[in-house]
Amino acid sequence: MNRIVTKEFLSENVAKLIVEAPQVAQKQNPGQFVIVRTDEKGERIPLTIADADKKNGTITLIIQRVGTSSHKISSLKPGDFLHDVSGPLGRPTHIEKVGTVLACGGGVGIAPLYPIARALKDAGNKLITVLGARNRELLILENEMTAFSDEVIVMTDDGSYGRKGLITVGIEEVLKREPVHLAVAIGPAVMMKFVALLTKRYNVPTIASLNTIMVDGTGMCGACRVSVGGKTRFVCVDGPEFDAHQIDYDEMMKRLNTYKEEEKISYDGYLKTLS
Amino acid sequence: MPVDPQELNNDRSQEWRSELRSRLSAKERSGLPRVKMPERAPMERILGFMEVNTGLSEEMAVQESRRCLDCSTPSCISGCPVNINIPGFIKRIEKKDFLAAARKLKETNALPAVCGRVCPQETQCEATCVYQKMKKPPVAIGYLERFASDCERLTGTISIPKIEKKKSTRIAAIGSGPASLTFAGQMAKFGYQVTVFEALHELAGVLSYGIPEFRLPKSIVRSEISYLEALGVTFERNVIVGKTLTIDDMKKQGFQGFFIGSGAGLPKFMHIPGENSIGVYSSNEYLTRVNLMKAYQFPQYDTPIVRGKRVAVIGGGNTAMDSVRTAVRLGADKAMIVYRRSEQEMPARIEEVHHAKEEGVEFLTLTNPTEYFADESGRVRQMKVQKMGLGAADDSGRKRPVPIPGSEYLIDVDTVVVGVGTDPNPLIPRTIKGLEVTKWGTIVVNEETMQTALPEIFAGGDIVRGGATVILAMGDGKKAAESLDAYLLGKFPGR
Repeated sequence: MNRIVTKEFLSENVAKLIVEAPQVAQKQNPGQFVIVRTDEKGERIPLTIADADKKNGTITLIIQRVGTSSHKISSLKPGDFLHDVSGPLGRPTHIEKVGTVLACGGGVGIAPLYPIARALKDAGNKLITVLGARNRELLILENEMTAFSDEVIVMTDDGSYGRKGLITVGIEEVLKREPVHLAVAIGPAVMMKFVALLTKRYNVPTIASLNTIMVDGTGMCGACRVSVGGKTRFVCVDGPEFDAHQIDYDEMMKRLNTYKEEEKISYDGYLKTLS
Repeated sequence: MPVDPQELNNDRSQEWRSELRSRLSAKERSGLPRVKMPERAPMERILGFMEVNTGLSEEMAVQESRRCLDCSTPSCISGCPVNINIPGFIKRIEKKDFLAAARKLKETNALPAVCGRVCPQETQCEATCVYQKMKKPPVAIGYLERFASDCERLTGTISIPKIEKKKSTRIAAIGSGPASLTFAGQMAKFGYQVTVFEALHELAGVLSYGIPEFRLPKSIVRSEISYLEALGVTFERNVIVGKTLTIDDMKKQGFQGFFIGSGAGLPKFMHIPGENSIGVYSSNEYLTRVNLMKAYQFPQYDTPIVRGKRVAVIGGGNTAMDSVRTAVRLGADKAMIVYRRSEQEMPARIEEVHHAKEEGVEFLTLTNPTEYFADESGRVRQMKVQKMGLGAADDSGRKRPVPIPGSEYLIDVDTVVVGVGTDPNPLIPRTIKGLEVTKWGTIVVNEETMQTALPEIFAGGDIVRGGATVILAMGDGKKAAESLDAYLLGKFPGR
């Protein structure tokens, strides 16, 4: 059982929780995730570790409310408990000084991007951050990212904040302007797909961090499998980061929809219990 | 593992046992028919996950126990990987002292209610029963083991065997499947402070996530765990050794001896086209969703599963049988086993094959999938299979399946479960420096002692064997405990 220390909403549907998990806090590195189960009847779902405080033994989780499990988690209050937290899982991001790094975060994907971008900056890279969101209200962690980025470009779909347009517009601007040595893209699958197509044109090595369906998170089940460079890989143990130019995004997007109907049945039922 | 013949003999020479032997002649005993395990009717059991075998009645058990000839040199014991004193517990059933029978079992076996259900007795103790020589069906040792341990559990008072003087030495078992549980129980009996570390939120490894409720009710697994807790074993869930905690961290915490029983948890796929389509599962995922996450109770439980109407399970082992029978219970109209060899070569227990057939499972033997086809949403809709012939025997001694050219055809499916085996989980071996590992990823041990290349680390079960049975894993756990005890006491012969 892991106690919730604080909880706040970063936007209408995105919650940030600081959770007691001393062993995970000690061991985690940027890019890793935990598997969380809310209660005895809950699913096991993967959540990226957005931040950790070794001294206080806590980790930060950021979650978007989209279905039963995420709704349950984002409804927890300080003093409540998560039934299970296990990790840190997955391979940590390979952090090294390469020159200029372009950090591209879309929607709630900015949360997992945050610790990776910070580590890349700390390693001595020039860090240019491009953030994308549907609108101003949904943009998260802008101040936090600005604190260590050399430059921040914000794109919103509706132009309510920053500049109007898809994230790829902001990214291409940078790619045209100056040499970039590494790009990191984290966000919805379709966003990562188009960012990867773009950076490929500019020959910029790019990594994407994937958030697929998982059960155990330790390599046991294969629910998370994706095709990378024509080979089947497990996101939980071989990833979560892969060469963004090699990922079969279409297959991944289909697999993410495996339980679309069941998710709706579950969520409708859950919402009924609330009213 | 040596059995102490003196101890066996002392037990056998007790007055009550001699008296019992004299009641019936060997001829009378061997003339009795072998008991049949009562089971739920197929049409009833496929509606849910209730246990199929319902267990012997007292009368049936006592009657069956009379068949045991109480041999002076019992050959059955040599067939048991943990060397249970088989006639010893059976004769206590004949004496109608069922709790004493359970205690006898627990002297050597920490999980008798599990073994009585899932051990392949037909290839072990029952295969070496003296009745085999007489061309008669062997004593139903497995049924009797289950009976005695169930009796004890139902009384609600679980006996705790004698524990040697408490020691302060801390011991860690990694993984909580049958190998680790047996190891932990044995070390606790020796008086050590044992902690078991489990990566998942639930204990017991394959007994929890793998074997379905209808074959091994989880309440039984839980009760075996509480028995270990009563022995003083501590359990820590959600700890992934190598990630959450390393062996070095554990040494700093004062642990002095280790057992790795992390299993063969990595699913094998066949790497054929279309295998990543929606609805194609590994048997691990399929069974984990149902058994561990209770997806069969969705949406009361949050974890979903695809409830296929036309389900093909690839493979011929117990895991494949568990998967296909699970599919039947999830409402499949057509549930198929697709196996590349013939039924004769199937590694599954005969009982499981028999039960599956009773439940309407179709067996497509000498058939192998070569490709899956999905619809535009990515869901599997058809599979291409190829007929196989049998060639010369391969390394496993079984006839090698050979594809028959031009024999391909299509089968409509909406769910596929790939149950063609598992590989060892590399997580732990990868994070321990100096551990010797084979090219298959299994940990190298001295087979006599289960000691690894690192003297204070022992290993057993599927992480060493690469995919075997519950009872062999338990045998390893027991052997490792005895060796580690000797090692810690400085009595170890060395490698």
